[in-house]
Amino acid sequence: MIFLFSVALKLFLDGMHRIFKLKFYTSFPSRFPEEAGILSAWVGTLYVMVGAIFWAILLGVPAGIYLEEFGGKGKLARIIEANITNLSAVPSIVYGLLALGIFVYRLNFGESILTAGLTLGLLMLPVIVVATRESLRRIPRAIREASYALGSTHYELVFHHLLPYSIGGILTGVIIATSRAIGETAPLLTIGALTFIAFLPPAPWKDLIGMLKSPFTVLPIQMFNWVSRPQEAFHQNAAAAGFVLLVLCLVLNSLSYYLRYKVRRKYYW
Amino acid sequence: MDETLKLKVENLNFYYGSFHALKNINLPIPSRKITAIIGPSGCGKSTLLRCFNRMHDLYANVRYEGAIYLYPDRLNIISKGTDPLYVRRRIGMVFQKPNPFPKSIYENIAYGLRINGIKDKKVIDEKVEKALRDAGLWEEVKDRLSANAYSLSGGQQQRLCIARAIAVEPEVILFDEPTSALDPISTGRIEDLLVELKNKLTIVIVTHNMQQAARISDFTAFMYLGELIEFDVTEKLFTNPAKKLTEEYITGRFG
Repeated sequence: MIFLFSVALKLFLDGMHRIFKLKFYTSFPSRFPEEAGILSAWVGTLYVMVGAIFWAILLGVPAGIYLEEFGGKGKLARIIEANITNLSAVPSIVYGLLALGIFVYRLNFGESILTAGLTLGLLMLPVIVVATRESLRRIPRAIREASYALGSTHYELVFHHLLPYSIGGILTGVIIATSRAIGETAPLLTIGALTFIAFLPPAPWKDLIGMLKSPFTVLPIQMFNWVSRPQEAFHQNAAAAGFVLLVLCLVLNSLSYYLRYKVRRKYYW
Repeated sequence: MDETLKLKVENLNFYYGSFHALKNINLPIPSRKITAIIGPSGCGKSTLLRCFNRMHDLYANVRYEGAIYLYPDRLNIISKGTDPLYVRRRIGMVFQKPNPFPKSIYENIAYGLRINGIKDKKVIDEKVEKALRDAGLWEEVKDRLSANAYSLSGGQQQRLCIARAIAVEPEVILFDEPTSALDPISTGRIEDLLVELKNKLTIVIVTHNMQQAARISDFTAFMYLGELIEFDVTEKLFTNPAKKLTEEYITGRFG
C-alpha cells in the first residue's frame, strides 16, 4: 500500500509539469521533450486493449463455459485444467515469441494493432477462462436443481441462469486481465511495437482493416523509450506517462469493484 | 385399496456407484392424495423422491433398476427411453431449502411457463397471478412483482417456489422436506396450502417431522435403511402399525 502510494507520488511529482498540460495528450512524440506527447501511445493502447478484450472474451468465455459445463470430467479435462492454470504463469515474452512466429510471420498480420490485440488477448485468455469457470462453479446446486425441476434443458440452464448470474465474476476476471495486459511491454516489443509513431491509425469506423493493419505504439513502450534517453526532460515525460498508465489501471480496477458490487446487488442468494 | 393410482413403484432398486441405496421398493401413490414418506435420516426417502422426477440423472454414477409407472398413460419414468425433461414437466418439485432464482418474483414464475413454450405476455400474466393466488402469496406480493425474490422472507420464498411449481400445471408435485428450514407459522401456512392443493394434484412429501405427516397426509410410507417397511393409510400406520419397526420409530424409540 505504502509502496504503491510512494510510487504514484514519485511519478506524479516527477511528471507534474507534463501531466496537467493538455498538449501532452494531444501531441505526437518528438525530438524535443517539451513538445513530445503521448497521443499515439494512448490511442494505440486504447485500440490494442479493445482488440485484446474482444479476442479474450470471444475465446475465453465460451471456452470456460464449455470446460465447466459441457466438457467431460475425466483425466483429459483435468490435464487441460492444469494447463490453463499453468498458462497464466507463462512469462509474457514467450507469448510475444509465439505471436511473432504465428501472427506476424505465418499469418502475415504484420507488426500491427491486430497482432498486438491478438497477443495480449492470448495473454488474458487463461485468466478469463478460469474466472468464467469459477463463477459458474460458485452458483449453488440448489439453483441448478430448481431449473432442472421445471424441465429445463442443460442449455437453458446455462444460458438462462448460470451465465447471467455469473456475469459479475466474468467481468471482474476480464478487467483484472485487462489491467494486467495494459502494462505489458515485453510481448509487444517482440512483435515490433514502434516508439516513434507520428500519426494516428485510421479511425476504425472509416477503415477498420487499415486500423487493424496499422503500426502502433503503447504507453509502456513510449515510457521505456523516454526513460532510456539521457535528457532529464524526457524522464519527466516518462514519469508523466507512467502516472497516466497507473491512473488507467486504478480506474479499471475500481470499475471491476463497482461492477462486482452492482451485480452482487442484482443477483444474490 | 380402491384409490385411483397416480404412480406405482415396482421393484425399484437404486445405486449410488456401488452403494445400494434403495432396495426393492414397491409403493403405490394414489391420485389426488397426499402421500408422506417418513423414516430416519439416511433411510433413502429423499433418494426415492428424487427418482420420481429423475433428479438423480444430474449426477454421474447412479443406476436405476425396476420401474416407476406414471398413470394414466403408464409411462415408465425410469426407463432409458423416457425423456427426463418430459417427466419433469409433468412432475414438479419443491426443495428443502427455498431456492428461487435470483430474479424478480414475476420472472420466477414466468420462467417455467416460458420454457414450456408459452409466449403470449397476457397468458403469462394471468398464469403468474393464478399461481401466486393458489400459493396464497398474491396479496403479499402483488404490488412488488418486480422485486427480487430474495427480498421475501423464507416462508414466502418457499411459497413462491410452490407457486413456481404449480404454475406449469404438473400432475404431481414432490416435496422434499419443504418446511424443515421454516418457522412454525410459515410451516402451518404451507401445510394448509398442501391440503388445498391436493384437490387438483397428487402430492408426495418427504418429511422427518412425524407430526407433520400425521397432520396432513392421507397415506404414509415408512422407510428404513433403504427398504420400505410399511405403507398404509396414515391413520392406521400411526395408530396401529403392522410392523414392530414402524411402531418403534413412531413412538420415538429410535431415529
